[in-house]
Amino acid sequence: MILDTLEIDPKELARRTGWEIKPQGACKGERCVPLPATGEQRVDARLLADRLGMPLVRDEPSGLWCLGPEAGGRALTDAHAPDLVLPDIHDRAFHLRSLRGSKVLLVAWASW
Amino acid sequence: MWQDLSRELGPRGLQIVTVALDTGGVDAVRPWIEAAKPDHPSLIDRAHVVGELFGITNVPSGVWIDETGTIVRPPETAYPRQPNYQDQEIPPDASAKVAAAIAEVKKLRTDAERYIFALRDWVASGARSRFALPPEEVLRRSRPRPVEDATAAAHFELGQHLHRSGRPRHAVPHFREAYRLQPDNWTYKRQAWDLLDPDQSPLEVYGGDWLTDVRKIGAENYYSALDM
Repeated sequence: MILDTLEIDPKELARRTGWEIKPQGACKGERCVPLPATGEQRVDARLLADRLGMPLVRDEPSGLWCLGPEAGGRALTDAHAPDLVLPDIHDRAFHLRSLRGSKVLLVAWASW
Repeated sequence: MWQDLSRELGPRGLQIVTVALDTGGVDAVRPWIEAAKPDHPSLIDRAHVVGELFGITNVPSGVWIDETGTIVRPPETAYPRQPNYQDQEIPPDASAKVAAAIAEVKKLRTDAERYIFALRDWVASGARSRFALPPEEVLRRSRPRPVEDATAAAHFELGQHLHRSGRPRHAVPHFREAYRLQPDNWTYKRQAWDLLDPDQSPLEVYGGDWLTDVRKIGAENYYSALDM
């Protein structure tokens, strides 16, 4: 996720990465990684990078950072499909979760 | 492309959702979507989030998700019907570059018939289908993510962000780094090449191009073989 500050909003973290900040730490699926209690609402990207094995990459000219996905395991760490929300060409948001109750074939393609 | 299958299998409980991994957003994909006139959700993923979350490294890739939201097949090559790559003719007036690219395209291998047979079986039989995998097998088959791939994802995301925000020159070092760290990720490099040159011809700035990279692995290996 792109960051212009190293203090991350937990809601944005959950939306973009699937990692949720809970009392027991950072959790994704059934996995929870303890984090030190700081009393702060926002989470330090350097702490997450260290504890979750996420690369934190810097772009010097713009001053931006990017927190990458956790390394060391597999792309899928949980068989539950992530709760995707993406727009269509009319910019209407579509929630993958709205298809619960149906079988879904999700196809990734590209114009390039 | 998926319209016929959507009409066939939709009434039997399958919802097809297509997602375009395109940094160019609506402008890049509108001609394709308007021509296809899909009646299924057709979404746009400007940041390639789906690629990162599911571990997709080439397209088209399909993921099966059951009624409870559980993934029962991880990403794999997904064509709705056999593409006619082998039948492509090389026009007499084709440039050497185009002729060479078509010659490689003719060698691409896909197995759409087997994939669609399996899809129909799953739609008919659900969890009893031998093609529906248990969760531990789904995770085992999903792509490993070593630190190089995770770091490539971060560089690719930065590159896309910088390109979209009007700093294409600053995007290039990040696209190059993503390519160096994860050279077999076709979604990264084809997207980056396309932003410079839609023909994806030799691009000195990236040190790679479609033809050169396909020849390195052998065109017959461009699409991963199905494991079903």
